[in-house]
Amino acid sequence: MKEKTALVTGSSRGIGRSIALNLAQRGFKVAINYYNGGNDAGEHLEQAQEVLQEVQTMGAEGIIIGADVSVAESATALVDQTIEKWGRLDVLVNNAAINQDQLLLRVSDDLWDLILKTNLYSAFYCSRTAVRYMIKKRYGRIINISSVVGLAGNIGQTCYAASKSGLLGLTCSIAKEYGARGVTANIIAPGFIESDMTRQLPAEVSARMIAQIPAGRLGKADDVANLVCFLATPEASYINGQTIRIDGGMSI
Amino acid sequence: MSVFETVKEIIVEVKDIAAEDIKLESNFEADLEADSLDIVEMIMLLEEKFDFEIPEDAAEAMKTVKDVVDYIEKRLADDNT
Repeated sequence: MKEKTALVTGSSRGIGRSIALNLAQRGFKVAINYYNGGNDAGEHLEQAQEVLQEVQTMGAEGIIIGADVSVAESATALVDQTIEKWGRLDVLVNNAAINQDQLLLRVSDDLWDLILKTNLYSAFYCSRTAVRYMIKKRYGRIINISSVVGLAGNIGQTCYAASKSGLLGLTCSIAKEYGARGVTANIIAPGFIESDMTRQLPAEVSARMIAQIPAGRLGKADDVANLVCFLATPEASYINGQTIRIDGGMSI
Repeated sequence: MSVFETVKEIIVEVKDIAAEDIKLESNFEADLEADSLDIVEMIMLLEEKFDFEIPEDAAEAMKTVKDVVDYIEKRLADDNT
């Protein structure tokens, strides 16, 4: 187990950060990826460095790789650099995503492109590169972080929902194409997870959200990360092409 | 090692069949039971081994082991001239 390696896209903060830390805790070497484009690149790098420090404090190994996963060359280089560093890639977690709420009537072409490229194209680019390597090793785990919104849609989230449900077809096809090569691909669809975004919501909005959740609380990033960690293991080899909701029972 | 021997080795790696069952005239689908993914994987390994890219249309035209060997020998000869 010690030598297994994982790449988590968008892992400088949020759910990705939690996934990287939990994988490290279970003995994975982790590649921490942050978005190195835009005006906040410096801040994202600092956050990635904090994640790396925590990883190292656990006695695990990590590296930081900046990339813009919405761009083919950059996403490909990210996967290649991880493989170059450790000579292997066992687990790819496509987690990087952005959201910008807007009613369909007001969605610009640019916004649609931006969200689809960041959330969906990125998973395609990274998976394409990773699979090439994984099938040779006859082992690989691709875990795509979708959302319950990708399964049900949501007001103001046409782009986000489309990108997240696009992952479904991508994942199932990878599962079918490479299942015979020891590579599995699965989807995790989180519900309402505590985050910077949900913390900013007015109290009555949170209360209304929680009222729909049998668990009676919002989820934690660790709730998602724990499942990633299991899907990442050899023991999960017979779970393939599945979508697993982590939503406290909200969708039942 | 001859090109045929190298190709044989790669087919064995991908398909896990006995080397002696692989003949020059073996058809990938009919004789070696290779599916499209097996063939893509074989092409990938050949590209790495010989350090050149095999274009999609050339790959699609490869039906038998001989097709592959001929193609590679031709590419190697072209590179040397």
